[in-house]
Amino acid sequence: MNLLPNIIFAAILILGLGYFIKHIKKIRRNIKLGQDIDVNNHKKERWKNMAMIALGQSKMVRRPISGVLHVVVYIGFIIINIEVLEIIIDGLFGTHRVFSVLGAFYGFLISTFEILAVSVVIAVIVFWLRRNSLKLKRFWSKEMTSWPKKDANYILYFEIVLMALFLLMNATDLQFQDMNSGNSISKYISPLFASLPANTLHIIERTAWWLHIAGILVFLNYLYFSKHLHILLAFPNTYYASVKPKGELNNLDAVTKEVMLMMDPNADPFANPETEEEEPVTKFGASDVQDLNWVQLLNAYTCTECGRCTSECPANQTGKKLSPRKIMMDTRDRLEEVGKNIDHNNGTFKDDKKQLLDNYITREELWACTSCNACVEACPVSINPLSIILDMRRYLVMEESAAPVELNNMMTNIENNGAPWPYNQMDRLNWKDEA
Amino acid sequence: MSDVLKVPTMAQFMAEGKQPEVLFWTGCAGSFDDRAKKITKAFVKILNKAKVEFAVLGTEESCTGDPAKRAGNEFLFQMQAVTNIEVMNAYEVKKIVTACPHCFNTIKNEYPSLGGNYEVVHHTQFLKSLLDEGRLTIEGGQFKGKRITFHDPCYLGRANNVYEAPRDLIKKLDAELVEMKNCRKKGLCCGAGGAQMFKEPEQGNKDVNIERTEQALEVQPNIIAAGCPFCNTMMTDGVKAKNKEAHIKVMDIAELIANAQDL
Repeated sequence: MNLLPNIIFAAILILGLGYFIKHIKKIRRNIKLGQDIDVNNHKKERWKNMAMIALGQSKMVRRPISGVLHVVVYIGFIIINIEVLEIIIDGLFGTHRVFSVLGAFYGFLISTFEILAVSVVIAVIVFWLRRNSLKLKRFWSKEMTSWPKKDANYILYFEIVLMALFLLMNATDLQFQDMNSGNSISKYISPLFASLPANTLHIIERTAWWLHIAGILVFLNYLYFSKHLHILLAFPNTYYASVKPKGELNNLDAVTKEVMLMMDPNADPFANPETEEEEPVTKFGASDVQDLNWVQLLNAYTCTECGRCTSECPANQTGKKLSPRKIMMDTRDRLEEVGKNIDHNNGTFKDDKKQLLDNYITREELWACTSCNACVEACPVSINPLSIILDMRRYLVMEESAAPVELNNMMTNIENNGAPWPYNQMDRLNWKDEA
Repeated sequence: MSDVLKVPTMAQFMAEGKQPEVLFWTGCAGSFDDRAKKITKAFVKILNKAKVEFAVLGTEESCTGDPAKRAGNEFLFQMQAVTNIEVMNAYEVKKIVTACPHCFNTIKNEYPSLGGNYEVVHHTQFLKSLLDEGRLTIEGGQFKGKRITFHDPCYLGRANNVYEAPRDLIKKLDAELVEMKNCRKKGLCCGAGGAQMFKEPEQGNKDVNIERTEQALEVQPNIIAAGCPFCNTMMTDGVKAKNKEAHIKVMDIAELIANAQDL
């Protein structure tokens, strides 16, 4: 028996999975550059969110057209992967359609896959038309040029090619066509090849088979470079997303410590620190990706750049520079840059005189946000761009004192007279007696 | 119009050794802004009529810190929060009602981890509960059959999932509730949140309140109902900018209920 194909198959498989794991490890390391955040709570609710939002696609279908098409591709993608299991077994052990021993059930399975494959192709074509011909505003924003635009189309091409290879492989498999069970779609394709000799057909079938599995492995490794990473990260992302009311912004513990000290009449401002060790100076807010927490960084890797957030954003709708999607894309781009910097400098980050603030996200964008949570509500995978905007505002105000002048006036008023306007606190009840 | 508003303070209640049923958190807008003061008075008239034993903090109240926090000044926010919490805890406050969704959100969600644990309700929720308990009756009056659209305040709706209480109240007025294309979870911001109220907007091609007002005008309402003093200001400005103030009024739900009964 010639073992060469099996060995080649095993080698390709190991190579493909090996690279994939290497990339996953890199993503994991980059995400862990973020600050710690406690997510060890509300486990039941978190599992439920993941089941509903990621697995159940509940937020995708809020926009019915793209939602339903997405569900088709998503189901197709998951179910057709059962076929990949057969391909792997066949490839490693030199069998041919090992699951066909299941008989009629096998026919049912493959038939389902074929119908799904055609549905996926149709959905992907509609996606392509929506993205490239319909000029939907959210696909034509400033941040959707160059790589992000190409990336989106590459994914669609990949999917069409993979599905076409799957159907071609079935259509040219004489043995499978002779079974006449499960070839519900491919039986209409196989007549196209009827004039070819069996030998040629076999070569086409083998080529399609090899290209199909190789394509899947290439696609798997493409994820790391692509917005398509969401097919994996949507699951942890929906699990770790906030379970609090959307209006609740976190209270900074470091600030609470200081405030409590200030408010404590018994505190001795000249007391020696209790511990000898110098506490690291806390930085308030975020000017770079390492200042964000790891869930925010996971958010950035999960973003699939669909732009639903941006299309719902009141600032963006009225022509301001702010785009919540760009906030997430910038965060990922900067995080990737920091990651590469660490790779090139033997595991430590070397200051590159750049940061997320100003080099990626401008102050004008940050100050345009109304904190309305429309972006958070719109995201189909529970990403929170608002929390990043707020953390960056915190840096601007508490580290740089760089708020817009009107906001400084507002804050001075609150500090001096307990209201954002210059009214005396003693006049707070005057309304009662006014006509 | 009833002549005198009964607005007891927490200090007065304490002096008498009593506890009010609820603390009415007036808020800065409700205390100082000329438009919002009308909302405050309308709400107080309803409370007086329903014989609700409420109290205000009066001069002991201070900004919740919401605009400071959303502008990024966590220090100022927490200073305000801790001061307010100290006052309220000293009065052993249990339940708070406010007509401002920003105060509502901040006290309800952001005060607990700083030591302030209270039951907090928005005034539309409170009015709804008075209605359900039979302590308040709502009649349509001048609003019977009027087309009313409700603008969801972000900090009441998306932020805290309160969508129905204000709508239930509007329906009680025998008015026709018409929904804008963006409502409830998809409600469009008025443009004031996140401390935008206190600054000029960034450069764009339109102001957010104009965009939202246009959405409201599309459904041809007689009245745009609001549940937030800041939304009220933004929508009023929007209606003025569109020269529609003679035909379309922007009113708080509390004003609708009070005016319907000529309170």
